[in-house]
Amino acid sequence: MRYLPHSDQEISSMLELIGVEKIEDLFSGIPADCRLTRSLDLGAPLAEADLQRHLQLLAAANQVDDSWSRFLGGGYYDHHIPAAIDHLISRSEFYTAYTPYQPEISQGTLQAIFEFQTLICQLTGMEVANASLYDGASACAEAVLMALRCGRKRSKVLLSRGLHPGYRELVATYVRYLGVELMEVPLTADGRTDCTAVERLLDAEVAALVTGYPNYLGVVEDIETLAGLAHASGARMLVAVAEPLALGLYRSPGELGADIVIGEGQSFGLPLSYGGPGVGFMAVKQKDMRSLPGRLVGETVDGDGQCGYVLTLATREQHIRREKATSNICSNQGICAVVVSIYLALLGKNGLPQLARDNYSRASWLAGEIAALSGFSLPFSAPIFNEFVVSCPQPSSEILQRLEQEQILAGIDLTADYPEIKNGLLICVTEQNDRKQLDSLVAALKGGAA
Amino acid sequence: MLMIHAWHQAQGNKRHKVLIPDTAHGTNPATAALCGYEVVPIASDGVLSAEAVAAAMDNDVAALMVTNPNTLGLFESNIREICELVHSRGGLVYCDGANLNALLGICRPGDLGIDVMHFNLHKTFATPHGGGGPGAGPVGVTAELEPFLPLPIIVKEGETYRLDSDRPESVGRLRAFASQFGILIRAHAYVLSMGAQGLKKATELAVLNANYVRARLEGSYHLPYKERSLHEVIFSDIDLPNNCHTLDVAKRLLDYGFHPPTIYFPLVVQGALMIEPTETESQLALDEFCDALLAIAEEAKTHPELLHQAPVNARTRRLDETLAARKPKLRWVRREA
Repeated sequence: MRYLPHSDQEISSMLELIGVEKIEDLFSGIPADCRLTRSLDLGAPLAEADLQRHLQLLAAANQVDDSWSRFLGGGYYDHHIPAAIDHLISRSEFYTAYTPYQPEISQGTLQAIFEFQTLICQLTGMEVANASLYDGASACAEAVLMALRCGRKRSKVLLSRGLHPGYRELVATYVRYLGVELMEVPLTADGRTDCTAVERLLDAEVAALVTGYPNYLGVVEDIETLAGLAHASGARMLVAVAEPLALGLYRSPGELGADIVIGEGQSFGLPLSYGGPGVGFMAVKQKDMRSLPGRLVGETVDGDGQCGYVLTLATREQHIRREKATSNICSNQGICAVVVSIYLALLGKNGLPQLARDNYSRASWLAGEIAALSGFSLPFSAPIFNEFVVSCPQPSSEILQRLEQEQILAGIDLTADYPEIKNGLLICVTEQNDRKQLDSLVAALKGGAA
Repeated sequence: MLMIHAWHQAQGNKRHKVLIPDTAHGTNPATAALCGYEVVPIASDGVLSAEAVAAAMDNDVAALMVTNPNTLGLFESNIREICELVHSRGGLVYCDGANLNALLGICRPGDLGIDVMHFNLHKTFATPHGGGGPGAGPVGVTAELEPFLPLPIIVKEGETYRLDSDRPESVGRLRAFASQFGILIRAHAYVLSMGAQGLKKATELAVLNANYVRARLEGSYHLPYKERSLHEVIFSDIDLPNNCHTLDVAKRLLDYGFHPPTIYFPLVVQGALMIEPTETESQLALDEFCDALLAIAEEAKTHPELLHQAPVNARTRRLDETLAARKPKLRWVRREA
C-alpha cells in the first residue's frame, strides 16, 4: 500500500468538522444508478518486493540485453548516458516538481527549460525554440500544422520519401480530417530527395516541404538547394532531425535555410526504454515565434529588477484561445528536456563535435568493410553520419535472423518500407559499438556470404 | 476524437460539430478543432442538464466532450441521461479523464455510457510530474470503437504477445515508437501496488481532503457552487476586500511556504482558486494550509499591502509576466562587448 497518511482518528475528526458521518456520505452527489456496487476487478495489492520481482520477471522475458551487439538506429539511438544525469534528475526539485505555473518558486525548472530552448537554438541554427513536444514524430506533425497555419490558404504538403516512415505516418494521422493533401517526393539514386521532383511538385498550394537531416536512410540531404526551391515558391522548409548528434558534425539546418527545425532529443541522455519517453523539439525563426505550438519559457524581471524566468506567450495556448489555439498540447516533456540540457552541458561545445566525429568515423569504417565483402554493396553515394544502408546478397530478414543466433542485432530490415532497395539493411553505429563488435559484425556477415 | 471522427465516417455520417460544456477541461476545444470539428459551447450552471444538451443536440453533432467530475469538482449527475440522449441522436460521448481520481472504485465511466476516455497518468496514477512532463494519456474505448484505436496494439496469442499494425480501420499512428513507455510502466506498478482497495481508499481520502478544506474555508472565501464537492473545491475572489485578488492570495501563500493551487481556472468562476489537495496530504498539512489561507483572508482586510507586495520570502519577487509576453526573450544571447 502506498502513501496514504490518514489515521482512523484523523478521518473521524475530519468527518466531524465537515458534518457528515461516513466517508460514503461525501459521495452523495453521485446518483445511485451511477455507482459501482462491487470492487474493481484487480488483484490484491502487491507488496513492494513482490512487485519488483514481478516486473523483473517481465523484463527478463525480453531476450536482448547489454551483452548483445546492437546496430539499430532508425530514429532512436543507443548512446552512452553520463552517470551524472540520473543523479541530477532524481533530485525531487526536478523529478516531482509541479508544472511551473508559480514562477517565483519554480526558477530551477524554468531556467533549465530556458537553457534547453537556448541549446536547441544553438544546435539547429534557429532563433526561437519551444520548451519541447512529445517526440520527434509529433513535433514533425505539429510543424506541418504550423506551416499550414502560416501558409494561410495553402493546403498541400510535400513529404520526402527519405523522411522517417513513422514521422510520415504521424503527419498523415494528424491531418487526416483537415482537408490537406500530402504528396511524396521520391529519392534520387544517391539517396537524397529528388530536387527535380520537388521543383515539379511545388506550386502556390504547397505550404511546406519536409525532409530528414540526415534522412531515414542515413543520408545527409542538400538542405540549401531544397530550401531555395521551397522559398522560391513561397513554401516553408521543414527539416526533421532524428539524430541530433549529427549537428555536431554537419552544418545546422538554420544556416542552410530551414524555416522550422524539428527533431528527437532522445540521443542526448535519454534511455531507449522501448521507445519512450523521448523529447521532441521545435525551433523556428523570429518571424514565426507567435505561431509556435507548445510551452515557452521567457526571461523577465521581478519587482526588484532582478532577472527571472516565466512561462510566457500563453495567448497562443488552448486555455485562453480555446479552439483557435496553435495546438492542443498542454504539457511539455519536462524532465526529459532537462536531461537534454544536462547532457549538452556535460559534453560542451568541444565534446559534442568530438563525439559526432567519433560516431562518423566508426560508421564510415564499418561501411567500407562491409562494402568490401562479396555480395554486399552500398547503394547510396551521398554523405552519411552514423547510419548507412547496405544492399545484401540475401533477404535482410534471413541475415538478421542468422545474426541473432550470435547475439547481434545487425540493423533494420528496410524491405517493407523501401522495397525498391534490394535486400536493404539499415545499420547504425555509435560510440557504444566498440571495435570488437564491429569486427564480429563484419565476420558474421562474411561467414554467411561464403 | 480522431476515433470518433473515424467511427462516424465508417457509418457514412457527415457531422461537423462537437458540444463542449463550459465546465470541461481547458484543452478540449483545441483538440476538437484539430480533429476537424467546429466547437459549440454549452452553458451549464455547475452541473450540465440534459435539457441544455437536448437543445444543442442535432444531426450535425458528432460528439459531446465532458469532464466528469467537471472542473468545478462536481459530479455530472445527469450523465446517464445525457449519454442516452446523445446516443439516441447518433452522437458519441468523450470523457476527459483529468479528474478520474475522484471516482476510482466508486463508479466506472464505461458503465455511465461514455464511449471514449483518456487517462492522465500523472494525475490519477502517480507518475512523476517532472516539472511539467512527460505525461502520458492512454485512451479507453467501447468495444464498438476498438477497431479505430491508434496503431499498434498488443495482442495475445496463446501464451505470447505481438504487436498488431494490420488494422485497416485504425486512425493510424500517434507516436513513431511505443509512446511514453517508461511512464506506462510506472503507472502499472502503482495500480498493482494499490490493488482495488488501495485505489478506492486513495479516492476516498482525496475527496475527504477536499471537503475538509472546503469546510474550513467556507465563510472566509466565497464558494460559488454549493453542491457536494468531490476531489476539488473552487472558491472565488469576489468577496475579497481592498482590491485583493486571487493572484495576490496565491503569491501570499508562497510567503507562508505553500505551493498555491491552480488559479483563474475554470473560467466560469471569477477569480477561481481551485484547491485539489489529493489523498497524500495529512490532516496536519491541511490544517497548516487552511490556517495560512485564513490568515491571508484576514490580512486582506487589515493589511492588504501584504498581499499586493507578495511574495517577499520566495526565490524572487513577483515576476513581470506582462513584460515577458510583450518583449519576449526566449533564449540566452551573448551580450555584445
